[in-house]
Amino acid sequence: MTIPNKKLFALCLVVLALLFMAQFVLSNYLVLALTRILILAIFAMGYNMLMGYTGLLSLGHAMFFAAGLYAAGLANYYGGVSLPIAFVIGILGGGVLAFVIGLLALRTQTVSFMIVTLMFAQVAYLLTLYFSNVTGGDQGLTLPTASRSFSLFGLAVDLTSPMVRFNIALTLFAVVLIGLFAVTQGPLGRLFVAVRENINRTEMLGFDTYRIRLLAFTISGAISGLAGALYGLMFGFIGSSFAEFRSSIEVLLFTLVGGPGTLLGPLVGTGVMTMLIDRLSGMTSAYLIVVGVLLIVINLWFPKGILGTIRDRWVPWLK
Amino acid sequence: MDIAPYLLLATLEGLVQASVLMLTALGLSLVFGVMRVVNVAHGEFYMLGAVGAWLCATLIPGHPAISFAVALIVAPLIVGLLAALADRAILQRINYNPEATIVSTIGISYIIQQLTLMTFGPDARAVDPPFYYNIRFPWFGYSSYKFFIIGVAVALVATLWLLMKHSKMGLLMRATQYDRETALNFGIPVGRVYSAVFAFGAMMAAVAGVLVVPNSQAHYLMGHDPLLMSFIVVIVGGLGSIPGTIAAAVLIGLSDGLLSVFFSPTLAKIASTLLVALVLVFKPQGLFGKAGRI
Amino acid sequence: MNRSSKDILLPRRGFLNGLLAGGALLAAPGIVGRAQAQAGDAIRLGAPFHRTGIGASYGRWYERTATAALKIINEQGGINGLPVQMIVEDDGTDPKRGVEVMEKFAAEHKVDAVFGHLFSHVVAATAPRAGELKMPYFLCSETHALAAGKFNRYCFQPSITDVKSQINSMGGWITSNLGKKVTLIYPDYAFGYDHRDNMTAAVEAQGGKIVASIAIPPSETSFTRYLPRIPFDTEVIYHVMVGPAVLTFVKELGEHLGTKRPEIFGFIDSLEGVQMDIPQLSFLEGTYFWEAMPRYAQPDQTEFDKFYRNAVGVDATGASATDPKDISTYSHMFSAWETLFAIKKAMEISGYKGPAQKIDMLEAMEGITGFEASNEFPQGDKVFNGKTHQAFAHQNVSKFGGGKLEVVHTTTIEESFYPDETDYTQMSF
Repeated sequence: MTIPNKKLFALCLVVLALLFMAQFVLSNYLVLALTRILILAIFAMGYNMLMGYTGLLSLGHAMFFAAGLYAAGLANYYGGVSLPIAFVIGILGGGVLAFVIGLLALRTQTVSFMIVTLMFAQVAYLLTLYFSNVTGGDQGLTLPTASRSFSLFGLAVDLTSPMVRFNIALTLFAVVLIGLFAVTQGPLGRLFVAVRENINRTEMLGFDTYRIRLLAFTISGAISGLAGALYGLMFGFIGSSFAEFRSSIEVLLFTLVGGPGTLLGPLVGTGVMTMLIDRLSGMTSAYLIVVGVLLIVINLWFPKGILGTIRDRWVPWLK
Repeated sequence: MDIAPYLLLATLEGLVQASVLMLTALGLSLVFGVMRVVNVAHGEFYMLGAVGAWLCATLIPGHPAISFAVALIVAPLIVGLLAALADRAILQRINYNPEATIVSTIGISYIIQQLTLMTFGPDARAVDPPFYYNIRFPWFGYSSYKFFIIGVAVALVATLWLLMKHSKMGLLMRATQYDRETALNFGIPVGRVYSAVFAFGAMMAAVAGVLVVPNSQAHYLMGHDPLLMSFIVVIVGGLGSIPGTIAAAVLIGLSDGLLSVFFSPTLAKIASTLLVALVLVFKPQGLFGKAGRI
Repeated sequence: MNRSSKDILLPRRGFLNGLLAGGALLAAPGIVGRAQAQAGDAIRLGAPFHRTGIGASYGRWYERTATAALKIINEQGGINGLPVQMIVEDDGTDPKRGVEVMEKFAAEHKVDAVFGHLFSHVVAATAPRAGELKMPYFLCSETHALAAGKFNRYCFQPSITDVKSQINSMGGWITSNLGKKVTLIYPDYAFGYDHRDNMTAAVEAQGGKIVASIAIPPSETSFTRYLPRIPFDTEVIYHVMVGPAVLTFVKELGEHLGTKRPEIFGFIDSLEGVQMDIPQLSFLEGTYFWEAMPRYAQPDQTEFDKFYRNAVGVDATGASATDPKDISTYSHMFSAWETLFAIKKAMEISGYKGPAQKIDMLEAMEGITGFEASNEFPQGDKVFNGKTHQAFAHQNVSKFGGGKLEVVHTTTIEESFYPDETDYTQMSF
């Protein structure tokens, strides 16, 4: 088997190695922050798979994140399911919901698609409130202390240790990154890009673009669900605020900043934005203003995001 | 309470809601119809209208009716100016790309919201109504000011209708909406028409904000709900169709009032949102409109 | 930051330089790790306040109150001879951000304890992480989840009474003074359900009856259409609404009911931070409110209340001393003040000098049985339950008249008790 785009593959490995080393170099706080960034970057990668590569801009991805969060969290909270299994349930939750929503939403395009996904996400959010006797509604549920550790293949894993948390997040990030490398740089990825660039021509070439888009949508939803499940189980809290519109906007922002349609863009975007908000919130209470300004500035001058701009100017293989 | 007065009340409330919705949704629909873009910052223009009314009430002494009348004129004008500025500075530069516009207007809405938080503050502020008289029905009381809202909204919508049909500006707008390229060829200043339309849409929202504030309060996060509701109305009515939007506003305003009589309000909201999503999926031209697919 | 905004306009090298500079800027404070944060030179308290989001009007006053209390503590020589610093972060009233801020306090600011969270969903998300980070976490929230055993041994609520006991102590008064047929109006989410469930139990225990239970979605801005569900035979309307639309709610309730209204009892949360002597609220004349601490200075005002108002900068009507339209969240914000003094007391008992004595400090807190009414505890004396980590205090019923609230009844502390639901001292640290 040959690896396409070897340079990018090498870069991915270097980035993963650097991330691994980071835990020995960075201060405690940055390791904690990086753990969160990695989890949210997984979410952004799932989103980027759809928005960046396939060209479908969804405004409702919070529902898939929340689906993973709730599927995993509720299975653990009520079913007492062990964490690894709950985690898998979370991924399935995100994927299945995405498949069903995709069946409907993909009948629409561009602006309609954005609004339809927004509406479905709003319904999902309201459902978490409506069934609050199960979900805990906005107040949420705190997972029991017993769920803070688990054993996998005889290995005891303590989720309260910062190093363990970091390495779990990094491992899953690496798996998703390599998986998405295989998807996006291979023949399937070229199909996704073909749909993005010219859906009619792709259709004429005899491809069923609906199926291609549905596949992209489902993968994207499953990855978002993975991120949600990981977040919920790792932080021991599930609540409806993760299903809010704001979460959908955040992931869009991360992707836009980093560079839609670049493999490492979501990581860069999530890192930059998370740290920026983190720093700014100490200085001013109006840090959302910066988010607003950035959205506009990026749109006006860097519609391709950080890595997208670098790719277009200097490094064509960075995709 | 018996079912008849119950329904009467729900209908009255529905009409008030429909009036406000009609104004905000028409603004949104107008912008979409002519410019083919979705303005996510629409709710913030509504909020700015309300805050403007509060500002007028604070700055202008004397009877509340005076400051209210001033607010009804000044607040929308300022908001319109702001919107035109945003159009020039941002939307024009991204060439009204539909997706980039959504992202940019999300950015604008964050900026407006936070600036309001920094200056106006986080509290909800009340504004005295221009007049106060409580109408007593045998079963319940009702604020006469709410009838005033309905009246003003209907008058404004009628004016808008006439303007669109009979004024030169309306003609330019319709021409631009019909075919942008041809309009350009005929020397219509499409850029200026766009700015004007965007400003006008924002002004509609601001008027609604001013109207609503004596009844509820001004608050920096108040734009969220009207935005979603307007979305729903515009979609059900058919994007860009004015009669459709009016019909949908009345339908949704009334049904929202009546539905929540029989079901849990959250459930009613879930149902109506889901309905809208499905309308977009299966009947993208809307329930009333003939406007084309987006 | 004017540097990077200029860079944005200059592509190529400028862009790359900007990236590097920006990266260094973002990471720098973390890498350096706050060199000044060394044990032994000061006591640092993390204060995650709701500066933005739906809790913003509360957060602002929590911050003012805590700042005032801190000034006094430092003027009196700090804690155990160490000066006390407060590091404020905004959590946006957002559970996710609440957790992030908790991590920031623990790992970057390296604080000794965290206090000041109010909204219960933020608390529910943050509490487990506080336990994992082994960070003493003092709530100013009213949430019952702590006393219900949902959290861990690091979490305490030493000042404000939880929702369950607030309601328990009100139920009897309502049924014996106002009426037995009660209609509940509450927000359609967890905070509201706490009220519904506890009030239903409390009223029924007194032989009363809930004739209607009306849940209103939190985002609602118009309420008139819910009001016909109030049955005609209602003797008491019980309301607890939160959020920016509460004023509309009260106003529309007034318009709807007119003069032939039943008795009305509300939690002050419905009007916390809202000016009361305005025409829109005149209909509330003669209705009753629960207050944890009376907003309007009472004829029998204690010296402690006077001292506290003066220090925070609040006048006798509960408004800011400098702006009469800026109304405080008087019935909640005292918890930020008292919690600081509770922390001080626990630290003094344990001779706390730094994180090495964290466990001693927590055990000292668990050993405290209550607080006397004093300048430090201006709300009044309280009983502290070391097992459930929850404080219990007097509650007030106030009547609204002549544009102000007047206390007509004060409960005993015992009336707010309920059987323990957990014992945190059995848990390990």
